[in-house]
Amino acid sequence: MTDSNFVTGIKKSVPVVLGYIPIGMAFGILASQQGLSIFEIFMMSSMVYAGASQFIATAMIASGINAASVIFTVFLVNLRHMLMSASLSPYFRKVPSIIQALISFGLTDETYALDITHLKEHEPSAYFFMGLHTSCYATWVISTVMGGMLGNLIPDPTRWGMDYALSAMFIALLCIQIKDKRDVLVAICSAAFSLLITTMSGGSWNVIISTILAATIGVSADLWNKRLSLSSSE
Amino acid sequence: MEQKVILIIIGMSVVTYLPRILPMVLLSKVNLPPLFLKWLQFIPVAVLSALLAPAILAPQGELSIGLDNNAFIASIPCFFVAIKTKNLFLTVMVGILAMFLLQNL
Repeated sequence: MTDSNFVTGIKKSVPVVLGYIPIGMAFGILASQQGLSIFEIFMMSSMVYAGASQFIATAMIASGINAASVIFTVFLVNLRHMLMSASLSPYFRKVPSIIQALISFGLTDETYALDITHLKEHEPSAYFFMGLHTSCYATWVISTVMGGMLGNLIPDPTRWGMDYALSAMFIALLCIQIKDKRDVLVAICSAAFSLLITTMSGGSWNVIISTILAATIGVSADLWNKRLSLSSSE
Repeated sequence: MEQKVILIIIGMSVVTYLPRILPMVLLSKVNLPPLFLKWLQFIPVAVLSALLAPAILAPQGELSIGLDNNAFIASIPCFFVAIKTKNLFLTVMVGILAMFLLQNL
């Protein structure tokens, strides 16, 4: 029973695995070109395990920026995971803290998208998340190290379009998550804020700010609707 | 140099792990007000949309809606298949195929 949930988790990880292979290899190639050793690539991927921050940090290390600035930038980039972790918390009330600690280590934008979609239809099973997260984590670590070792021997790993698996996955999961008009409103507002922030000031704050604003708009629309229906029924 | 990189990696791992673990461990122990739970229920749609929009509409950091933006063009068949079928795997396959064709033909 428990084993089958673990295997189901691994099976569900396929879209993320497809995307992590080329992006992980691209990171490994870039990092070794910018002077990181294979051991450092392995350490960064296995201890940090965060795609965007690893690209940013590697570029900052290569340009000689001081350690505190690199770490602070990574902190800002990853603050968005707080919102994802918070939105998973109601489903994990019966899961022991130590298991929560293990599962949340594997929380990325991509695993979160799969986790939350699964939770809408299934009882939370720690084994499922372990299987899903372990598979994605192993793929990331192995792909980045492979990229670092093969370096310039292989052509650009993103040229075959496989990295687009992640955007396609977000499209599918967004369409699955949208159930009613309020969700459509939240999605459109969030996309607009995110685009505005990205194009005006570059990435890193766009996800956290747009999500907070759009979710607040969603709750407000909900309350407003209820008030309207209450006053019309009086 | 080597030591500085190791120090940075350790620091990165701490500031990456804390936002991942703290909300889940702490918030799952308390009773959250209904309004906050409602707010949390909008997070998935908002997060997915916020992650996706720049990836397909501004892949280079500037708004780009045209034939020169492969990520945008490939998203059209993906949205079509996703809305029609709600099938994750099929949408991913369509996306990879569309991107492969756009990049290599």
